[in-house]
Amino acid sequence: MKRFIERRPVWSLVILIAAAFFLWLVFAIWPDSFEDFLKEDVGGWIGGDFGKQFGRALSRKKVFLSALLDGVTLAALYFLIAAGFTLIFGLMRNVNLAHGSLYLFGGYVGYEFAEWTGYWLLAFPAAFVVSAALGVLLQVLVFRRMEGEDLRQTLVTIGISIVLADVMLWIWGGDFYQILAPSWLSAPVETFLASAQKSSGEIVYLKYSSIRLVILVAAIVLGVAMWLALNRTRVGMLIRAGVDDRDMLSATGIPIQVVFVCVFAFGAGLAGIGGVVGGTFQSLAPGEDTEYLLSSLIVVIVGGMGSIPGAALGALLIGLADTLGAAYFATYAVVFKFLIMVAVLAFRPRGLLGRS
Amino acid sequence: MAVTEHPGGETARQGSGFWPSVWNAPASRWGFAAILLLIPAAAGDFWLLQVYGWTFALGIVALSLQFLGGYGGMVSLAQMTIAGFAGYMVAIFGTSSVEHISLGWPWWLNIPAAIFLAVIFGTITGALAVRTEGIYTIMITLAIAAAFFFFVNQDYVLFNGFSGFNSVLPPTLFGVDWREPTAYYYMTLFFAVLAYGVVLYVSRSPFGLALQGVRDNPRRMAALGFNVTAHRIAAYAFASVIAAVGGLLLVWSNAQVSPGTQSIDWVINILIIAVVGGMSRPIGPFIGAFIFVLLENWSETALAWVGLSPERFKLVIGLGFLAIVLWSRDGVLGIWESWRARSRRDPLTGRAPGDDA
Repeated sequence: MKRFIERRPVWSLVILIAAAFFLWLVFAIWPDSFEDFLKEDVGGWIGGDFGKQFGRALSRKKVFLSALLDGVTLAALYFLIAAGFTLIFGLMRNVNLAHGSLYLFGGYVGYEFAEWTGYWLLAFPAAFVVSAALGVLLQVLVFRRMEGEDLRQTLVTIGISIVLADVMLWIWGGDFYQILAPSWLSAPVETFLASAQKSSGEIVYLKYSSIRLVILVAAIVLGVAMWLALNRTRVGMLIRAGVDDRDMLSATGIPIQVVFVCVFAFGAGLAGIGGVVGGTFQSLAPGEDTEYLLSSLIVVIVGGMGSIPGAALGALLIGLADTLGAAYFATYAVVFKFLIMVAVLAFRPRGLLGRS
Repeated sequence: MAVTEHPGGETARQGSGFWPSVWNAPASRWGFAAILLLIPAAAGDFWLLQVYGWTFALGIVALSLQFLGGYGGMVSLAQMTIAGFAGYMVAIFGTSSVEHISLGWPWWLNIPAAIFLAVIFGTITGALAVRTEGIYTIMITLAIAAAFFFFVNQDYVLFNGFSGFNSVLPPTLFGVDWREPTAYYYMTLFFAVLAYGVVLYVSRSPFGLALQGVRDNPRRMAALGFNVTAHRIAAYAFASVIAAVGGLLLVWSNAQVSPGTQSIDWVINILIIAVVGGMSRPIGPFIGAFIFVLLENWSETALAWVGLSPERFKLVIGLGFLAIVLWSRDGVLGIWESWRARSRRDPLTGRAPGDDA
């Protein structure tokens, strides 16, 4: 950090000012002149109906704050899915294109379990265990038999995802399922972020869905725990050693296949938990397996394959691109994450935090 | 197997020239060609359009993937996207029912422009994809394909959004309506044979041999002075031409192009076709396409026969694909090769004829 400031003083200043401006945008009450500037001038520069709408959306702090929070909480979901994907790739070089199916399957299992027991929280362990079991099956029956054969693994997992998608369509049909959160979590909660000031001088605070905030906190805790487990424990040391040199690790007498199965199970279980989270946030429906597979692919490509901090950074970027895009450029929102991916690939083919 | 070390790994035969190998083809090949030419005399309209026509058109698109994957070691999922892009361009420059977008250019300007732009699109895709290797290529091209699909679904200015373009018709050349089943059959057959021949020819040309060298050992080729990246991008450009031609044929068969033309499902289907057929030789994609089209048309009947709902079509495709990938290293071609090798082996010594070792 200090070296960076010493070597690039101008860039450090620019980054500092941008960060300060961002914090001001989030915490301050936007003055009227600033809102007018966004509405009239920025809208006017762009011109046309689109400019008018764009300026209007831009000038409302509530739109900005909700999009920001939506983006960060969506990033939590992306992180859950992408972390498992990137962990499996990093350690085993296995490309599991059935990861999206594990997500959707976990979601459906969680839904059934929550309906059956009546406890939302129980959906998480159920989805984790069932998805992890499916992941173990995949690892033992498919990946272990074709170690080092990238292309065949990819093709086989594409085949498995087609079959699983149709089996799930068979069992659960084409309906939308939503996993209902308990009442104490479903009410919106008042945050400490000011969204506007009434003419009476009273400050209006933004209300935001508490379930999404809880899941955000949970994902952050999980991410930090994963980082600590990977960097501070013996098992984590084994996994990192396996990422660097698998053959050497197995030569030291470590039962590497056991480590593989455990990591695969954990990654698959994370995808299952992601399914429950996604089913609570939004809903579960056929086709979401491909959608979330694509999103997590983009997240890990942007962040760098095999890197957990990379997955977190990628998830944050892609989540924000999704929601900020949807808030301000509704028509072309879906394209933003792809543009980010292309830009990253053009300058850093291995991803932002990937190692060459 | 890293993608760069392709299983089929067959380097095109050298030594004999291209044309002698055509003229000296065995009698069975000539018989097969005669059957292909005579099929319209016997087959009904449904077979000509929905089965053979589709087989050739899909086969051409899958052939472009075979060229990239089999000879270049690069599995690109963007080939259907390039085909769809060419279809969109022909609808935008030519005529369609969406008159406020279509420019109505004549065919001799419209079709070359569409193919040219599709090649530019494919080359840019390739230039992005070759920055990565193996499995990354698959993921990046899949992401590009998805981006294009979502984009055309949303864009109403140029691509007319969800509904796309209708009444995109082939030009009436020589006074023939090329959508009429027999004419469509011969048109697709002509282009399929042409594309097949061109791919075969290029695979034996110096460029094709260098490309196969790049597939097998890029570092060695670089050390020998070949520009590895340029060869790969050129392969993408060449494959784009083929994919674009296939795309035009596909679009003309339905007379429409929409986001569904290059949906993720179809992108994956092209991969399935190429893999099921076999990637080592250019005939593979056509075999794969034929199997796929047969399954697509008759799996419902077969499913009803075993008492399952016709909606389980994808399950059949998925399981069949899985079985082929699990048991054969090179699709149907691989099964055929291993069967031939086994039947040729001498039962006493276990040696194949010509096996001197």
